Amino acid sequence: MTTQPYRLARGGRIDRAKRLRFSFNDRAYEGYRGDTLASALLANGVVLVGRGFKYHRPRGIMTAGSEEPNAIVQLGVGDRTEPNIRATQVELYDGLSAASINCWPSVEFDLGAVNGMMSRLFPAGFYYKTFMWPPSFWMKYEYFIRRMAGLGKAPDAPDPDRYDKTFAHCDVLVVGAGPAGLAAALAAGRAGARVILADEQAEPGGSLLASGETINGQPAAEWIAAALAELASMPDARVLARTTAFSYGDHNYVQMVERVADHLPPASSPGPRQRLWRVRAGQVVLAAGAIERPLVFADNDRPGIMLASAAATYVRRYAAAPGRRVLVFANNDGAYRDALALLDAGIGISAIVDPRPDPGAAIVAEIRRRGIEVLAGHVVAGTKGHGRVESAQVMKLDGDKVAGAARSIGCDAIAMSGGWNPTVHLFSQSGGKLRFDAARATFLPGAPVQAIRVAGAANGATSLQDCLREGHAAGAASAADAGAAGKAGDAPQAEPATPDEPAMPIWIVPSVKPVGEGGKHFIDHQNDVTAADLQLAVREGYSSVEHLKRYTTMGMGTDQGKTSNVNALALLAVTLGHEVGAVGTTTFRPPYTPVTVGAFAGHDQGDLLDPVRKTPLHGWHEIMGAPFENVGQWRRAWYYPKPGEDMHAAVGREAKAVRTGVGIVDASTLGKIDIQGPDAVELLNWVYTNAWNKLEIGRCRYGLMLGEDGMVMDDGVTTRLGENHYLMTTTTGNAARVLGWLENWLQCEWPHMRVYCTSVTEQWATVALNGPLARRLLAELTTDIELDPAKFPFLSFREGRVAAIPARIYRISFTGELSYEINVAPSHAVALWQALMAAGEKYAIVPYGTETMHVLRAEKGYIIVGQETDGTVTPHDLGMDWIVSKAKKDFIGKRSLARADTSRPDRKHLMGLLAENPSEVLPEGGQVVAEVKDRPPMAMIGHVTSSYFSPNAGRSIAMALIKNGRNRMGETVHVPAGERVIRATVTEPKFFDPEGKRLDG
Amino acid sequence: MLLIPCPYCGPREEVEFACGGEAHIARPANSDRLSDAQWSDYLFMRKNPKGVHYERWNHARGCRRWFNVARDTVTHRIYAVYKMGEAPPSVTP
Repeated sequence: MTTQPYRLARGGRIDRAKRLRFSFNDRAYEGYRGDTLASALLANGVVLVGRGFKYHRPRGIMTAGSEEPNAIVQLGVGDRTEPNIRATQVELYDGLSAASINCWPSVEFDLGAVNGMMSRLFPAGFYYKTFMWPPSFWMKYEYFIRRMAGLGKAPDAPDPDRYDKTFAHCDVLVVGAGPAGLAAALAAGRAGARVILADEQAEPGGSLLASGETINGQPAAEWIAAALAELASMPDARVLARTTAFSYGDHNYVQMVERVADHLPPASSPGPRQRLWRVRAGQVVLAAGAIERPLVFADNDRPGIMLASAAATYVRRYAAAPGRRVLVFANNDGAYRDALALLDAGIGISAIVDPRPDPGAAIVAEIRRRGIEVLAGHVVAGTKGHGRVESAQVMKLDGDKVAGAARSIGCDAIAMSGGWNPTVHLFSQSGGKLRFDAARATFLPGAPVQAIRVAGAANGATSLQDCLREGHAAGAASAADAGAAGKAGDAPQAEPATPDEPAMPIWIVPSVKPVGEGGKHFIDHQNDVTAADLQLAVREGYSSVEHLKRYTTMGMGTDQGKTSNVNALALLAVTLGHEVGAVGTTTFRPPYTPVTVGAFAGHDQGDLLDPVRKTPLHGWHEIMGAPFENVGQWRRAWYYPKPGEDMHAAVGREAKAVRTGVGIVDASTLGKIDIQGPDAVELLNWVYTNAWNKLEIGRCRYGLMLGEDGMVMDDGVTTRLGENHYLMTTTTGNAARVLGWLENWLQCEWPHMRVYCTSVTEQWATVALNGPLARRLLAELTTDIELDPAKFPFLSFREGRVAAIPARIYRISFTGELSYEINVAPSHAVALWQALMAAGEKYAIVPYGTETMHVLRAEKGYIIVGQETDGTVTPHDLGMDWIVSKAKKDFIGKRSLARADTSRPDRKHLMGLLAENPSEVLPEGGQVVAEVKDRPPMAMIGHVTSSYFSPNAGRSIAMALIKNGRNRMGETVHVPAGERVIRATVTEPKFFDPEGKRLDG
Repeated sequence: MLLIPCPYCGPREEVEFACGGEAHIARPANSDRLSDAQWSDYLFMRKNPKGVHYERWNHARGCRRWFNVARDTVTHRIYAVYKMGEAPPSVTP
């Protein structure tokens, strides 16, 4: 256990009474509650936290927020380990363990650092240029690239944590709880608006948490506490800390992720780990602040070099010293205030280096008065140090070059500032365009497209007073636009500040050697993209920002270029000789910071991923040990194995029993639509290919439904139950689609029709008896229905009682056998089934599942829509011309059947295929070829749609869609199946009882 | 994700709806007299404007009613919703 050598003796918002142990790269340290991992590491003097992505140069902590490009770690171990987490956002907890990424084998000794010595080999577009050829080598390259590149490891076990998702609605959503955001939330809340205030940090306050300023005469911390207390007293204001608004969609749809328990030891809290908020906001106030801009100077990546605001934040908020002798390099007055914060904390300032020739603000004078050397008109032309910066080479700036002799100034940290970039990500995602403000040298929000206002530093404000004023005004205006009529009160007041002198934009800091020859000017620290890379890419012709990004990888990675993008765009513009801002920006895509996949999944995983539909007989099937087949969301009994039987044996037994005795099947999943109304028959005439006018009450008819393109869409039997009352059945998987199809036509095309359609799929359980003994069995259980075929013929319907249960019985058949489909209320399904099983025992009744059902229908050549058809198959292709009415003037799909393509004679036709070897089953989906060659390509003439071993035909059978099939009758075709090729003969798609003599038993 | 004001139910999340594409395409009454080109025009050809698009939506996971929406394809702003059979309102973006 080490002490905390860089911990300041006093100050900070840490709780020194709560000591927390943690480990980093397997070494034990101590920090305090209130620390981040980054601040605790700094307090322990750990500045080397990772390695660069490409050159593996040592890297330290550069920022104090979510923009961190360098200090990304592998957090936690085992099934909870998480890669690429920003140490600057990780709240310390007792027992935390983290490790560097991007280094192999260790952060101190990294084999990849040799890449740094060979950096000439890693230019822009390196991956494109180097690893492309020869293509067969890519596998070898990839192994080493992945090893060297690191970027963390995904856990290899399921995530044990729980995640939550919630919707929320509000009048005003305020993103960011810094001074502007707090002022906005207060104003909107006072006016009576429903407010949500979200902030990504552990506690609200933003920059005020590291500020020495006062508001309304109170120290900032007291004002924050008062503001939060006031918000808490409002009935409709919700403050969410640790919550990142990461995506801004259409119609003010903002997604946020709340890290509910990430600041606690794993599994120590009963609630969810994270919560996804989907907020529909009437108005949005974006008060997301600004991100400080690094300066692009030679070797600006050594550990110890960080943003000036970050240095001040570590000192003020965390009482962690970034160094003992800090050199400040900045082009603006703000960094002087940060320097003052360091001085006040007792940290030495080696010098302030300012490229501006004559900075003259009062703050500069004060710094000088405190004995700090200000080197105006100078720049840092290079740095030196091993593992940590040890000195800066300061030179005089002369135009766009450096002049004179370099002066080496010792330092153990450099606080840099190149100005500020407003955090406009969400504004850009909302559709708003950005404009370049030349005076402030930064991109600012332009005209909004959605109901969004931008306030404070995100809008380019630099003084606390401006932030408070803008925030208050935005909050009040948003509340008013949302219809809140109350008074927003007065804007909070900060002490008046004298305006800053202008900053001096300096996009690339010159060095003694030309860019690319001496030290490295890093622009994108996470992707190791340098100024030289960008300039090379421009020389190679990449002048569009989006191309530049993809070619150099600038702005990619887990930080998405938060610190680098604007510097890169400006350098691109300067290199091309354009005005800065003229080249535009790359797209700001969501998420703002990475979001755990678990948060998107929420509870929608495992059993809750998708609803499961079970028939009323599901429990019986389970008791019988039936495996289940998924048909859409339905679970259907597949087959009923007896002890020692495999599927083949069970299906063989079931299929034979149906054709010799009687079988019973649960067909409850069949889609059922109740259609009523005087125009019901007209609807049927439109949606089916055949004619329905002459269907009598009590009779059933098979129908084929086409899309308007003439392709088969569904099939099923419809029964006329009454004068204006029909029951349509659909395929199991298509029930919802067919209902939607009918409703679509009725509402949009034929609103004059008086027809009502109601789904009754789940209102009826369907039990089908099939087989020559079906009538004898049913006769035992019913007294009020005449079963004589002359009285109850095929394709008709009767109502009565079966086993004393009210039932509808349909004589329709999907097996070609004598068949009764008995429909009862779901609550009676088990009783019916058990009565049939008991009475059927003497007939050796056999329950059968979907597999046998499929085999039996294939023996008869009955199609299954979706198996024999795939949206490109017409009735003619199926050989079902008999069902297409010639007499009807029109029906849906009719005209398309006369198109040149649909009426040509050599389309793919549904045919039978008999393998030469009757025991060989063709693979379903297998390609059919006319001519076998040594190797592909071979012309494909079709594919196998259904294929089984048929117990009743005593051989394998198959159906296939084959080009010009009806003219290939008797021909031999070939079906490649892995290493072998199966020969098969083209036949009619009918394999059993081709004359259809068995329907009456 | 859009917030769609169903004329029967009020504003609801887009996940409750299904989009039916371009609105006001009537099925030709005399399909048997149309050329293949005319028929395929009805069948396949749809407008793809940059700006206001009149389109059909179905509140599939709600009231199951179809209605029309005038939506800007660039900003996704919804200018108007109106019932089936009503004439499209003129919209100035």
